[in-house]
Amino acid sequence: MSTATAEAPTALPPIKRRNAELVLVAVAIAITMVGIAVAGLNLNGRVPSAMWTVGLTFGVLSIAAHVAMRFFAPYADPLILPCTLFLNGVGVAMIWRLDAIGAEDIERAGAGMQLVWSGVGLVCCFLIIIFLKNPRVLQRYTYISGLVAIFLLLLPVIPGLGVSVYGARLWIGIGPFTMQPSEFAKIALVIFLASYLMNKRQVLAIVGKPIKVGRFKIIDLPRGRDLAPILVGWVLAIGVLVLLRDLGTSLLLFGTFLAMLYVATQRSSWVVIGLAMFMAGASLAYLLFWHVQARVNIWMNAFEQDVYNEVGGSQQLVQGLVGMGYGGLFGTGIGGGEAHTIFAADSDFILASLGEEIGLTGLLSVLIVLFLLVERGMRVALASTIPFDKLLTSGIAFVLAYQVFIVLGGLTRVIPLTGSTTPFMASGGSALMASWIMMGILLRISDNARRPAPQAIQDEGATQVIRR
Amino acid sequence: MNTPIRRLSVFTMALFAVLMLNLTWIQGFRADALIEDPLNTRQYSEHLSRPRGPIEIAGESVAFSENVAEESGSPLYQRQYTGGEMYTPVTGVLSVYSTTGIESAENSLLDGTDDRLAVRNFRDIITGREPEGARVGLTLDPEVQEAGFDGFRDGGFQGAAVALDPNTGAILGAVSAPSYDANDVASVTDRDTAVNNFVELEQDPDQPLLNRAFNELYPPGSTFKVVTAAAAIESLGATPESTIDAPDLLDFANGPVLPNATPGGTCNGGQPDTLAHSIQISCNTSMANWAMEMGGQALSDQASAFGFNPPEGEELQVPLSVEPSLAPVETDDSILGRAGIGQSNVQATPLQMAMVAAGVANGGEIMRPYLVDSVLDSDMSVVTETQPETFSQAVSASTAEDLTDMMVLVTTAPEGSGTGGAISGTEVAGKTGTAETGGDQATHNWFIGFAPADDPEIAVAVVIEHGGGSGGTLAAPIARAMMEAVVLE
Repeated sequence: MSTATAEAPTALPPIKRRNAELVLVAVAIAITMVGIAVAGLNLNGRVPSAMWTVGLTFGVLSIAAHVAMRFFAPYADPLILPCTLFLNGVGVAMIWRLDAIGAEDIERAGAGMQLVWSGVGLVCCFLIIIFLKNPRVLQRYTYISGLVAIFLLLLPVIPGLGVSVYGARLWIGIGPFTMQPSEFAKIALVIFLASYLMNKRQVLAIVGKPIKVGRFKIIDLPRGRDLAPILVGWVLAIGVLVLLRDLGTSLLLFGTFLAMLYVATQRSSWVVIGLAMFMAGASLAYLLFWHVQARVNIWMNAFEQDVYNEVGGSQQLVQGLVGMGYGGLFGTGIGGGEAHTIFAADSDFILASLGEEIGLTGLLSVLIVLFLLVERGMRVALASTIPFDKLLTSGIAFVLAYQVFIVLGGLTRVIPLTGSTTPFMASGGSALMASWIMMGILLRISDNARRPAPQAIQDEGATQVIRR
Repeated sequence: MNTPIRRLSVFTMALFAVLMLNLTWIQGFRADALIEDPLNTRQYSEHLSRPRGPIEIAGESVAFSENVAEESGSPLYQRQYTGGEMYTPVTGVLSVYSTTGIESAENSLLDGTDDRLAVRNFRDIITGREPEGARVGLTLDPEVQEAGFDGFRDGGFQGAAVALDPNTGAILGAVSAPSYDANDVASVTDRDTAVNNFVELEQDPDQPLLNRAFNELYPPGSTFKVVTAAAAIESLGATPESTIDAPDLLDFANGPVLPNATPGGTCNGGQPDTLAHSIQISCNTSMANWAMEMGGQALSDQASAFGFNPPEGEELQVPLSVEPSLAPVETDDSILGRAGIGQSNVQATPLQMAMVAAGVANGGEIMRPYLVDSVLDSDMSVVTETQPETFSQAVSASTAEDLTDMMVLVTTAPEGSGTGGAISGTEVAGKTGTAETGGDQATHNWFIGFAPADDPEIAVAVVIEHGGGSGGTLAAPIARAMMEAVVLE
């Protein structure tokens, strides 16, 4: 937070580039429509009417979003919206295809709910852009957002409200609806961390005891009392792992926590301490809890016959990988494969489904767009001059990247498979809404950061009249 | 704050890089292996809609596909197996749960996806003929197989028997007991029953799913003395007339005392015994002395020449994979001496011991064992035909001759241990074995041999698990029956 930030405004000239955004949004809509058309051709040889109904509904939503951008966030980064819409659109097309195979009449096939949630998500996104003029006001609600995060995380544990699905208590049921509050907990947590670390970062960054070997400093150990927050984060992460049986959220929470702690303090000892603590906690959980052992066993020995045959064994993982094998370099074409035979093909396994049907090339393109989105988010963090905004944005961008890593890393056996959603693509309202809300914050901060500095319209000594 | 943000972006870049590299590996390089993986259940559903080629033995189909769909429905092929329990260990089975045996090993030819069938597949697409898998012909001789199978069934034994043509390496018989009827687990119309049956078989303590002929390791006991004798002749220049100490009890510096086959028994009244006589009556103490005389390296090397201790990655495939047999280098006398009589750390599959017999039968040259004789395309053109090839020259021709002479004594001499293996009118070379299995469990009973001794047509190895009798009384009659099926024709 020194000289580097002072340069930022001049480094980014106030270029709106909204027309470029429009072109890219059009491309995203076109890809969605083509996706649905290809799916229909592969499934029953006809271009389905959904290409127009679903495609155009999505198109109208997208164009509306673009127009809203022109009014409410004209200076915001022009790549963020098209990238997001592209991902959302490819997700909608894939979900339509997965629904269509099971539908009695292909013309009536759904993806309807995903479209509705996309619309709701977009509305949330723009409500934030319009009404959250200065995201830093969130800094006032440090502990409220912290409590909200914990409340949302623990909601599914409440008897009668929580619904246990496939061994993880992640959902709550309200009437006919189920929702996954941990998706929203992520946002509350990032806000909490950003504001908490803003308050405490000086202390956390500076006070410490250097450990030296000879004349070389190895690491700066923080004071014992400053370890309290990291301890709370650790307890929370391990608690989620043990109580909610959700390794994915646990990894996400603690990883985000460490990343933001590092950004706030620029002190690598925090990361080292945090990683060590998580390793120790996870190892202990591994020794004590069978469901953690089962996860690891599935990961290490996925292709063993008996692991495969176990109830809740590696079958899903292996079938996902086999599907990706069938996809090969260029894929079977959307609708041309048998991605629907994989359990949770439209949610947790949507990247595996895509891998099968659009192949390595297609999946890499999707990853590149996700990566682009993350790096644009980081760019917003760099461009912003408000420390809280920087921390919040880099936190959001990191959550996106890290979530993709947890999902796809799990599907491809880099790490143990955990139920987790792919941002913007996986079927499910909670995840989609939460992701769009994060985009709203990102776009708002981007617009604020890139807006040209107010010009003095008269120069009369000390007093200036400023037009914003 | 910008420096840590930049570093964090680099870290996210690394995360994506890991994902992309891993994806490229999986979808770019591992795709075929994933599709071929036996856990790929989609292959199974693909099998059901396509006629699969038959598996044939002596021109008869023992496994074939039949369309059981209702007339208007899309094709649904049911795999049918003839021969009940007899051929299952070899043919394997195509089931919801798993594909085993030849069904798995020759899968791509049977289901017609093999590259070698590409031209005909292409022609079929053009001519509109329904593509069909290739016909896989096995080397098994039904009479040999039946003789072995009946022997185990009638005796109520568990164990395995393997018969080889020593001149070519063709596997003439591969019996594993207990077995199961492949049809029980192959139904495509009543899958629940099929799966239940499979689970029951899987949990059966007698392990009917295990192909004991190729995949179970047993202590070979005294049948391994053939290998020890071969090593004595090859590495120490011994002759059948060479003698070595043959005490009634053999003492070791450390380790328990080794008695002769029958406790209290004697080989030559406690006097040094000849190699030939030691093989004939299966003397323990003299053969243990031979092993110690030549050293652990020489014994292990000789075993390796017969096919034990295959180097990593060169394990035998026939094309079913074969569990490697082991005869490690021993340094401790007590262990080495016992290795010389096929105990301690020596472990062998029935196929491996059949290869020992076949090597002796074929002038010391072991032919590579194989199960698939020929593969014919659906239009009856030849896709592949197996040419016999040498597996190893285990011993010299003269050593093989000496060993044959000694093994003939086993079945012909009045005090031979394997007279139960003799065939009237034909000279049989043989060697019995009664292997300790540790603890109080009953012994395994072995017989290996070949016939006719002067011009061998068949070499066999039979093992009866925990038979509790002797190789000569329990295993030799089954071996004889299998040899007779070829010799008496």
